[in-house]
Amino acid sequence: MEGRVVAGVAQGAAAQLGLDPVVLRLAFVLLTMLDGVGAVAYAALWMFTPRAQGDDRGRDWNQVGAYGVLGLALGAFGVVTGVAAGGFVAWPVAVGGVGSLILWQQAAPGTRRRWMSSTVDQVRQKWVRVGLGLLLVIAGAVGFLVAQGKLADVGRSFMFTVVVVAGLALILAPWLAALWNELQRERTERIRQEERAEVAAHVHDSVLHTLTLIQRSAHDPREVTRLARSQERELRNWLYQPKQDADATLAAAVRRAAAEEEDAHGVPIEVVCVGDCDLDDGLRALLHAARQAMVNAAKYAESPVVSVYAEVEPEQVTVFVRDRGKGFDLDAIPDDRMGIRQSIVGRMERNGGAARVKTAPGEGTEVMLTMKRASS
Amino acid sequence: MRIVKVLIVDDHRLFRSGVRAELGPSIQVVGEAEDVETAVRSIAELQPDVVLLDVHMPGGGGQEVLRQVLGSGSQVRFLALSVSDAAEDVIGVIRGGARGYVTKNINGSELTDAILRVADGDAVFSPRLAGFVLDAFASTEAPAIDPELDSLTQREREVLRLIARGYAYKEIAKELFISVKTVETHVSSVLRKLQLSNRHELSRWATARRLV
Repeated sequence: MEGRVVAGVAQGAAAQLGLDPVVLRLAFVLLTMLDGVGAVAYAALWMFTPRAQGDDRGRDWNQVGAYGVLGLALGAFGVVTGVAAGGFVAWPVAVGGVGSLILWQQAAPGTRRRWMSSTVDQVRQKWVRVGLGLLLVIAGAVGFLVAQGKLADVGRSFMFTVVVVAGLALILAPWLAALWNELQRERTERIRQEERAEVAAHVHDSVLHTLTLIQRSAHDPREVTRLARSQERELRNWLYQPKQDADATLAAAVRRAAAEEEDAHGVPIEVVCVGDCDLDDGLRALLHAARQAMVNAAKYAESPVVSVYAEVEPEQVTVFVRDRGKGFDLDAIPDDRMGIRQSIVGRMERNGGAARVKTAPGEGTEVMLTMKRASS
Repeated sequence: MRIVKVLIVDDHRLFRSGVRAELGPSIQVVGEAEDVETAVRSIAELQPDVVLLDVHMPGGGGQEVLRQVLGSGSQVRFLALSVSDAAEDVIGVIRGGARGYVTKNINGSELTDAILRVADGDAVFSPRLAGFVLDAFASTEAPAIDPELDSLTQREREVLRLIARGYAYKEIAKELFISVKTVETHVSSVLRKLQLSNRHELSRWATARRLV
């Protein structure tokens, strides 16, 4: 601190506001003329201002004298002209100003620096705006003081209050806007970083892991294909599929069943779903039957790919499981074979649905499952 | 035998050479392009019959190529080929003017068939695209503005359903007791509806599917 005048309050505040201390000192002196507001403000700030670390080069007595004389002169002028009877005009302004100065000083140095860096630059470019605002404030204040003489004219003084408020708003708008922008920017940045972290974690946990597994099982083409398929599926779901609860809705449950059987048997199962609905008991039975059909197709049909198509209509739900494998003679199946008779046809019929199997040797197999929807 | 001239547009060199190697003898690859700019230029220079178009590419992607080429009045036919099966991409590129959409895990002979079909002016629907179309046209709470364009006929629905179930055109024809040509007509008619129907539900449906 180079040379304080009284306690260095004006100087400290000026340093933080990036203004010349003289401006603030004059402001204090002027405010003191208005019912001594300046002195009170000075005292308040003195109490709240943290003492600067480091050297204290003592009081600048020359300036103390100068400001003292100036103060006395203005005081005399005020008493003579009666302007000093500012009364309630000055108080709100002074209290507000002192309050914001105290806030400013109490803010953490880092926050303050950010406020400054983001606002001061912008404000400098908008001197016109600030100038206009100041003009309005001054006009408002002067107008108010003039109106004081004719207190009866409340309407006019009210108008000047509006002018003052408008001026203040005009001055403060860029600061507030900059602050708001800053907050928004930080928020977006944080969200972006979180997303990036999520992607990185996902890639690390699944993709890199699978690539390592693929390298280690390079001698086994079937296993490599299986790994690649399951990773592809997982990544696709993550990228494109809406997050669905596989225990609650049909489409998600069909997809999950297909994925699990595909993993278990190493045969790609392509799923297409049209529409969706919540699961109920009947649909759970349908799902079990569909899963059994997928297992049969993947295990016995020797088909390169299995197609599953599920369609939800207003009255019923239909699932088709189709392979292009070797097919079989439906009549030649012994009655005790559990897969088709019990797990598929029987289960569907017990639950009020229907199953139809279409197959012939060499022509692949298609299982069609229908279930009425409970109530909709 | 007729030879179909094909241009491959994809930003992955490995994928381009893979496709080139897989295509049947009735296909002649006349060139490759790796981004929107080279694609537009190559199409103008080489005049291919069919362009195999990747959906995601630097410089605006497949939709930008479609916009620039079809916008200039060219009659070249596009078959979209993509790893993405997101509804927005599929519907977007079909609405942009592509005559078909297949995913990149399609095998060589199926791709050859698809290219020949597109070269003949027919449409190529993957099971998933068929599913999307059924889904999009089914969610019709709002009344159709143009009944002819904004809804599917019963027959078209049946054909799409069979495609979604994994049937090839020949199998569909057999199943429905119609000719393959009729199946193709139905699919082309669906494609036309998909491209011309201006019900915004289609696009909205496609975007909403990602956000649900």
